[in-house]
Amino acid sequence: MMKPGTRLKSAVCDAEIMIIKIAESADLSCGGQLMAEAPERTEGDGDRMHGCLIGKRYVNAEETIEVLCVKSGDGSLYYEGQELMTKDTKKLPSSD
Amino acid sequence: MNIALLLQMAAEACPDRCALTHEGRHYTFSELFAAAQRAAHHFLAAEVKFVALMDVSSPAVPIALMGAAMSGVPYAPINYRLSEAQLTPLLDRISPAYLITGSEIVAEDRSGWVVRSSEEFMSVVSEGEISDLAWHDDPSAVAVQLFTSGTTGEPKAALLRHEHLVSYILGSVEFMGADEAEAALVSVPPYHIAGISAVMSNIYACRHIVQLPNFDPQVWLTLCAEQSVTSAFVVPTMLSRIIETLQQGAMATEALSSIKSIAYGGGKMPVPVIEHALALLPQVNFTNAYGLTETSSTITLLDPDDHRAALEQSDGPIRARLGSVGRPLPAVEIEIRDEHGAVLPPLEAGEIYVRGPQVSGEYEGRSVLDEAGWFPTRDAGYVDDEGYLFLSGRADDVIVRGGENISPGEIEDLLHQHSAISDVAAVGVPSEEWGETIALAVVTAAGQSITEDGLREHIRNHLRSSRVPELIQFVNELPYNETGKLLRREVRAWFAAEAA
Repeated sequence: MMKPGTRLKSAVCDAEIMIIKIAESADLSCGGQLMAEAPERTEGDGDRMHGCLIGKRYVNAEETIEVLCVKSGDGSLYYEGQELMTKDTKKLPSSD
Repeated sequence: MNIALLLQMAAEACPDRCALTHEGRHYTFSELFAAAQRAAHHFLAAEVKFVALMDVSSPAVPIALMGAAMSGVPYAPINYRLSEAQLTPLLDRISPAYLITGSEIVAEDRSGWVVRSSEEFMSVVSEGEISDLAWHDDPSAVAVQLFTSGTTGEPKAALLRHEHLVSYILGSVEFMGADEAEAALVSVPPYHIAGISAVMSNIYACRHIVQLPNFDPQVWLTLCAEQSVTSAFVVPTMLSRIIETLQQGAMATEALSSIKSIAYGGGKMPVPVIEHALALLPQVNFTNAYGLTETSSTITLLDPDDHRAALEQSDGPIRARLGSVGRPLPAVEIEIRDEHGAVLPPLEAGEIYVRGPQVSGEYEGRSVLDEAGWFPTRDAGYVDDEGYLFLSGRADDVIVRGGENISPGEIEDLLHQHSAISDVAAVGVPSEEWGETIALAVVTAAGQSITEDGLREHIRNHLRSSRVPELIQFVNELPYNETGKLLRREVRAWFAAEAA
């Protein structure tokens, strides 16, 4: 289980994420390799390198997990084998 | 989850973009981030309980806020206008602190304290090596402790945790949503929740912040023109002074040619002021934001389309929404409850309750959230059939006359529309006959006159007779605090003095 606020790095690229919604399992990967707080750099899986973008929130289809990409990278994000997609958020007018 | 992440991401994505302009000096996002990291080391070395800032807006504000967050020390901005008698008990509550201030009130002999001027602080954080620092990433750590304005009593210390503030920003601001040409003019003081949220929101949007330390309508308009400002947040009194300045011809509306949006909040906006503003600045998108310190800023919004839709009607429920604070943010829920806690249907007035991940509802270790997580705002109001929220004042301000609840806002809203009246406050004062009775303080508009009988007649014709005030005083001005909140207890004191 990973708590909100936990930050993880990709083992295959520069990507970094922060957990927003509690994740039941630790099976979060980027570019085909498990993410960790300080992973050893390794080769990515060429089929799983669609990139992830800073500032975007990623969720699975059931929205049981949500992460924030805090540093862009070349790998794409997977949770329990399922590719995460960006979450559509309603654009609000600036109120500050 | 740490609010410093917001700055780290901005510095990562747009390192060389201009983040801040203050008195003609510019700072990039990477400069702010580096300064905040140096500040964090200074705060840790000082071994203090709080990082406090008691000064006008300057680059020290975002740097101290973010540096404190990295070091895991709560940040406590303090009103720099307080008297020594008001200040001493507040300082005792945050002792020992690393205090950034230009004030000479603070005694040097406070043990364990580090006291620096904003200039001294800026010089120590502007240069030097940046050593590694493991951030505190506990979402439930306190990020900000804000003393509420205390219009009804002793200031309370509201606690905002990282998770509340980060939830608010992630839920309401698009990362890097601003393009490079955008600039936000920030004129709210740093000790106000709107001052904190302005820093965080604009940093996360990667929007250039232009700071105006002391609000003045002419300077505000001049800065808009000089810095090509595209958005701003103002409290109602600021907007009415800007409109006055434009109407008097002291500045041309061209000063506002670059501005695309103005958000307002922090107090109740009189409908005539926003009507004037919309008429004078038809190209500007106006947004009304309602929020409290305890809710990490904005919880409801009346957006630009709502304003335009209201203007297209001459009366009716949609037009009335110019007096509304809009609908809740996506992650925020609102309920109106009666005094027994029962949830009320639309159009019935009661106390406003709010729930959501940004809602803290906590004061110095004491949470006032109910079991289901709802926060009683102590604001009174109702929602219309489509969920638009209308405020009718503080629940504590309701006048109970002979068992009947009377909202001061009802009387004030009517009189604000009267051409002979420039400002007005209705308060309850003790009465042997009624328990409480209505007292009215009135500021007459320049060159106009109205009699006590004329006022009573006008109210009787438009509202119920129970709304007619027993006591009326004509005064030169009403007492407001510096963010535009009416100080009703002072108005009550005028009538108490009269009775004695």
